[in-house]
Amino acid sequence: MDFLVAHFAELLFYFLAGLTVLFALGVVLFKNPVHSALSLLATFVTVAMLFIFSHAEFLGAVQLMVYAGGIMVLFLFVIMLARTEGIQSEAAFLSNMAPAAVVGGVLLGALISAGILLGVLASGHGNPAALEMVDGARLGNTEAVSMLLYTKYLIPFEVVSVILLVAMIGAIVFGRKDRFSEVGKEEVDS
Amino acid sequence: MPEAVLNLLLIPLIKIVVLLGVVLLIVAYLTYAERKILAYMQVRLGPNRVGPKGWLQPIADGLKLFVKEDLIPGGAERFVFLLAPGLIMVPALLMFAVIPFGEPFKVGGRTITPYLADVNIAILLLLGISSIGVFGIILGGWSSNSKFSLMGGLRSAAQMISYEIPMGFAVVSVLMMAGTLSLVGIVEAQRQAHIWFVLPGILAFGIYWICGVAETNRNPFDLPEAEAELVAGFHTEYSGMKFALFFLAEYANMMVISALATVMFFGGWLPPFPNLLAGLWASPVLAWIPGVVWFAAKMGFFLFCYIWFRGTFPRYRFDQLMAVGWKWLLPLSLANVMLVGVLMLWWKG
Repeated sequence: MDFLVAHFAELLFYFLAGLTVLFALGVVLFKNPVHSALSLLATFVTVAMLFIFSHAEFLGAVQLMVYAGGIMVLFLFVIMLARTEGIQSEAAFLSNMAPAAVVGGVLLGALISAGILLGVLASGHGNPAALEMVDGARLGNTEAVSMLLYTKYLIPFEVVSVILLVAMIGAIVFGRKDRFSEVGKEEVDS
Repeated sequence: MPEAVLNLLLIPLIKIVVLLGVVLLIVAYLTYAERKILAYMQVRLGPNRVGPKGWLQPIADGLKLFVKEDLIPGGAERFVFLLAPGLIMVPALLMFAVIPFGEPFKVGGRTITPYLADVNIAILLLLGISSIGVFGIILGGWSSNSKFSLMGGLRSAAQMISYEIPMGFAVVSVLMMAGTLSLVGIVEAQRQAHIWFVLPGILAFGIYWICGVAETNRNPFDLPEAEAELVAGFHTEYSGMKFALFFLAEYANMMVISALATVMFFGGWLPPFPNLLAGLWASPVLAWIPGVVWFAAKMGFFLFCYIWFRGTFPRYRFDQLMAVGWKWLLPLSLANVMLVGVLMLWWKG
């Protein structure tokens, strides 16, 4: 009982982390794309919980809003509108099992060792003391993040948003290429 | 009993039970109020057979839904079909955890807060949780294996994503005025400013309220379940208690939107016109009115507005809905954020 009380936070953290890994596995292993998408949603939610748990409340809430609320809905949109019956032939996927296993194993090993290394470096999850170094951090996590983003990292922040805008415009241009050329053809024809 | 168990386990548990009971009771009687008010607006009597003036109608309805046969359509995706009502009901109830209903009061020397949690990201959390609720509708529509349901689900997904954005910006302007994300903090800021945020933020309130009605799929934005075109939209294939969960979640969401409007724009549990009528509210009779009463009165007004809209407005066409959301509300809400910023600078500087 004493152990439980003393290490409650850590136990909860590992429980959530394990849940996250399980759901992430589900994304790859489920055969029905909608089930995979649901599993991905569960992964996003548990990751958001982990963020909140590690004193990154702002990040957790944004994770919920942007990934779980926005991006997943679009995923589901695409999956539902596309006919999925034909995609379920797994023969092509399974024939590459051996090389896939090797690559996956190497990646997993790299990830685990990186995780251990980071764990040793940071020694402990979440570092509320680091927030204290930011101006106005006494107010809370959200204020600390915005203070850093709009003062110290203003230019990188703006550059990232411009890059995102470029990517978005690029996607629209690629996506509408056919329609533009069709319009052009009609004009030529008439 | 150790103090920790009492503070961390027992009191929150009691609060949760009370909260759930009250919310579900209000939801049940909201359906009665809706039928009755709509009936009077249309010169009918409304439910009047079960109990005096039909007061027991919601209970009869609940019993009926409980004992009804639970149908699952043949081609349905069974697991997702069963999951969807839960996916919409859980977020709807979860949101009540952070809504402050009144000021802290004392019971036997112990201060009790009439809310479960005062977290410092309450508003972001609410926006995040409410965006999870969309999945119940989309998945319920998709898994039913019916074209009406699928159309309803897709419409609702498009609608809820579109209206979440201007709603978020409307909320941002409140945050700028209050300077905090905590709902309790927002009410306190209104107490200190001696003004309800609806006065400086009238535009933000308008945007918020329109988007709130759209987010809950109510008239005039009830396209996901447009009876004339889609039978009953995303819940066409649902019956019995699973249908009831969709129904209850819709009303619970209406309550959340109304409660948030009360907290963010109308001073939460503060009495009306705290600046002009301060002397009146300090008088011995009126000072006894607990904050929860004011909160309930304000929230009740907004819930009445929901029903009023349903009795008044025709439904939007889908392209009109999208045009209003993206071409009007979004630019307006962005402009409003800038306007509030300038006003804040002018006021404080």
